[in-house]
Amino acid sequence: MTNHEPLIHIARRDGMAWWRAWLIRLAAAVLALIVCALFIYGLTKLNPVKVYAAMWQGAFGSARRSWITVRDASILLCIGVGLAPAFMMRFWNVGAEGQVLMGGCATAAVLIYCGRALSTPALLLIGAAASIAAGVLWGLVPALFKARWNTNETLFTLMMNYIAIQLTCFLVAKWENPKGSNSVGIINQQTQAGWFPSLFGQQYLLNVIIVLALTVGMFLYLKYTKQGYEISVVGESENTARYAGISVRRVIIRTMALSGAVCGLSGFIAVSGASHTISASTAGGRGFTAIIVAWMAKFNTFVMILIALLLVFLEKGATQIASQFHLNDYASEVVKGIILFFLLGSEFFIQYRLRFRSHTHQKEAEA
Amino acid sequence: MAEEFAVRMVNVTKTFGHVMANNKVYLELRKGEILSLLGENGSGKTTLMNMLSGIYFPDEGQIFVGGREVTIASPHDAYALGIGMVHQHFKLVDVLTAAENIVLGLPGGVVVDRKAVAKKVRDICSRYGFDVDPDKKVYDMSVSEKQTLEIVKTLYRGAEILILDEPTAVLTPQETEKLFAVMRNMRDDGKSIIIITHKLNEVLAISDRVTVLRHGEYIGDMDTSKADARALTDMMVGRTVTLNIQRDQPVSPQRRLEIRNLTVKDKEGVVRLDDINLDVYAGEILGVAGISGCGQKELLEAIAGLQSAVSGSSVKYRPTGPDGPAEELVGQNPRTIAEKGVRLAFVPEDRLGMGLVASMTLVGNMMLKQYRAGKSPLVDRRHPHELAEQIVRQLEVVTPSIDTPVRKLSGGNVQKVLVGREIAAHPTVLMSAYAVRGLDINTSYTIYRLLNEQKKAGVAVIYVGEDLDVLLQLCDRIAVLCGGRLSGVLDGRTATKEQVGYMMTTLEHKEAGI
Repeated sequence: MTNHEPLIHIARRDGMAWWRAWLIRLAAAVLALIVCALFIYGLTKLNPVKVYAAMWQGAFGSARRSWITVRDASILLCIGVGLAPAFMMRFWNVGAEGQVLMGGCATAAVLIYCGRALSTPALLLIGAAASIAAGVLWGLVPALFKARWNTNETLFTLMMNYIAIQLTCFLVAKWENPKGSNSVGIINQQTQAGWFPSLFGQQYLLNVIIVLALTVGMFLYLKYTKQGYEISVVGESENTARYAGISVRRVIIRTMALSGAVCGLSGFIAVSGASHTISASTAGGRGFTAIIVAWMAKFNTFVMILIALLLVFLEKGATQIASQFHLNDYASEVVKGIILFFLLGSEFFIQYRLRFRSHTHQKEAEA
Repeated sequence: MAEEFAVRMVNVTKTFGHVMANNKVYLELRKGEILSLLGENGSGKTTLMNMLSGIYFPDEGQIFVGGREVTIASPHDAYALGIGMVHQHFKLVDVLTAAENIVLGLPGGVVVDRKAVAKKVRDICSRYGFDVDPDKKVYDMSVSEKQTLEIVKTLYRGAEILILDEPTAVLTPQETEKLFAVMRNMRDDGKSIIIITHKLNEVLAISDRVTVLRHGEYIGDMDTSKADARALTDMMVGRTVTLNIQRDQPVSPQRRLEIRNLTVKDKEGVVRLDDINLDVYAGEILGVAGISGCGQKELLEAIAGLQSAVSGSSVKYRPTGPDGPAEELVGQNPRTIAEKGVRLAFVPEDRLGMGLVASMTLVGNMMLKQYRAGKSPLVDRRHPHELAEQIVRQLEVVTPSIDTPVRKLSGGNVQKVLVGREIAAHPTVLMSAYAVRGLDINTSYTIYRLLNEQKKAGVAVIYVGEDLDVLLQLCDRIAVLCGGRLSGVLDGRTATKEQVGYMMTTLEHKEAGI
C-alpha cells in the first residue's frame, strides 16, 4: 500500500515572467549550437565556427541573398498568418499547401490569359482577387462539411492538398511552354506583365509590405474584433459558444473562408511576386512548414515573423554549408533538425517544471 | 460466521481533498445473494464499490473476502479475488469484437485462440441465458448488448462477486427485465451480486437485501422482504437539517413562464423530457428536484434555446404578467431570444465548459453575452473591465487580477464570476443548475443570498438542486421530476423531505402537475 513517488514529477507552471521565458529560449539556442558544433566536428572535423559563419553567409551574405531570404520568409509568414484564425478556432487546417497552390494557379491563369490584354495594375488586382477566390473555395469545402456533418477537418484538408497538386500538374501540362519542357516557364518573361513592380528599386519590397500589412491586420482582427472574439470562444468550447448565442456553423465557415483567402493570396505573392511561374512545387511544402510557424508562435502573428525568418535562415544556411563544404545534404539537415529540436523542446520547460523526488519524501515513506 | 459472507467491508473511509466520500462505511454481502446499494447522488455508492474493485484504495478500514482480510490495490488484485465490476461507462474497445474485448489484457501469448474463447463465451451464455455473439464488433452493438458483454467479460475472468453500477440507467423496461432474469440465474448458480441503484422499485424487485448510504455514511441494511418504498425513502433522504436560509414570502408573484406540453428528445430519439406542464412566477424561487439525469438539464436548456423541443411544445414568456403580451421561446436560439429583449440568465451545471470560457480572463468572460452590443466591429473592453472589477469587489472573488484566466480560480470563485455576470445583466428570468455544487458553506450562502435578492427584485428564479434540505428551505415551490416526467409540484413551505424523496423515485403523482 506504499505509494511510490516517481523519480521525476512533471508539473504545470502557473506562468512565467516573459524575460525568464526568453532566457530559457536563449539557453536552448546556445545549447543547440554547442551540440551542433560537437556533431559537425565529430563527423567532419570542420571548424564549427566557420560552418556557422557559412550559414550566415548563405542567408545574409549579400544584399541579394538577404532579399531572397526575406522574400521566402514573407511567403512562409503569409501562410502562417492565414493559418492563425483557423488554428485559433481549433480547426486543424493542414490544407494550406493546396490553398496556396490553387491561389497560385488562379494567378497564373490570369497572367497567361489576360497578360496581353490588360495593364499590370489591373492584372495584379484581378490576380489577387482570383487567388483569394480559389483559396476560399479550397478552404470552404472542408469547412462546410465540418459545419454540416462534423467531418474530420484534418483528413479533409489534407486530402484537398492532393487534389490541388494533381490539378496543378494538369494545368502545367496544359500551359506547357515551350512544348515538351514539362514546365510553364517564366510567364510573360518579355513584358513582365502582371509581375510585382519594383518599389524604390527593390524587387521584393511589395511582397514584404503586403505580408506585413496582413500580419498586423490579422493580429488586430483576432485580438480586437467581435469576430475574433467569436473565434476564440468557438475554439475553446463549442458548448460555451452556443450558450452565448454564437452560431458555431457560421463562425467555422466564415473563419475558414478567411484562412483560405490569405493562403490563396500567398499563392498570388509566390507566383506574381516571386517565381513568376507555376508548378506543383510552387508551394514547396511551405503549407506544412507554416503549421510549425503558426504553432511555435502560439498563433501570435508578430512572433510568427521571427519564426518564419529563423526557419528560412536555417534552410538557406543548410543549403550553403552543403555546397561550400561539399557536405552531404543530410548533414546540413541534421544541423537544422538539432536547432529546431532544442528550440521546440525549450517550450516544454517554459510550460512545465520538473520536480525530482526529494529525499525528505523518501524518509517520510520509510518512516 | 465468516464463511457466510462473500465480502465484508468494515469502517472503510475515503476522502478526496477535504470531501469525505465514505466515512466508516460498513457493508456485507452474503454468498449467493443480490444486494442493492441504495443512496442519492453523491452518497458514496460508486466510491465504495470502486474500492472493492481496486480502482481506489481506502484511506482506512478493512476488506474481507471469503472471511480473509485482503488488500486490493488494483483491478488486477480484485479479479484475482474473483471480484468483477461493470461500470456505468463501459470500458470496451469499439473496433474490436466481443471475444477480443473479453480476452483483452488477459495473460497469454500473442496469438489468441479464437475458437477456445468463443466456446467458453458460448458456455457462459448458455448457462445464464446471455445473448452474445463473440464475433460481433462493439460499434455494432446496442447499449444493452454492450452491457451484457461487460458482464460476460467479468464472468469469463472468473468473477464470483459481481458489482453492477446503475446497470438499468441505460436500459429500456424490457431490457431491464432481461437483465434481472440473468441476474437471478447467476445468483442461483452461487454468484454474489451487488447492484448500485437509486430506483426503489428495482430494489424491491430484484434484491434480497438492501444497504443504504447517505452522505457517505452507512445508514443501515434490511431484508427487502421486510422493506417498503416509504421506509427506504426515509433511510435514503434522512431527517431534515435546519439550514437557516432566508425565505421571504413572495410579493405579488405573477406568471412569467408558461411551459406547456414540453417534450424533448435526444439525438438517439430517446425522450428526455416528457410532456411537462409548469408555470414559473416572477418574484419566487421555483425549485426543481430529481435524481440526476431525469430531465433537469433538458428543461433548462429548452427554455434557454439550447435544446430543440418536439413540435407542440411551448414555453411562453410573459414579461408583464399573465394577461400581457407573450413571446414563444421554443424554436429559438439564445441569440434570437436575447434580441427579442428576453433577459434570460442561465447558470449552467457545466460552469467552465458552458457558462464560461476556461482559458479566457475574467474580463474576456464578462463579454461573453454582451460582446455583440453596438455597431462597431470592434469589441468594447472598457465596460467588461469595469464589470469584472465590480464583481470581484462585490462578491469578494479571490483572484490575482481580473486578467487571470478563470480556469485558474477555485471552484467557488469561478461560480461567483459566473453568477455575478448573469445577475449583472438584470435578468427577468434566472435559471441555475446545481449552483452550489462543490462550493464551501460560505460561498453557498452567498449564492442563496444572491438568489433571494433576485427574487425580491421580481425575477423569476429557477433553482435546480440536489440537496433536498436546501430545496425545502430556499424555494417557494418545488417541481419534482422523475424519469423526464413531472411527478408533481409541492409547496416548499409545507412539503416534507420524504414526500419529495418519494416523488423523485416514484411516478404516481403524475397528474398533479401545473
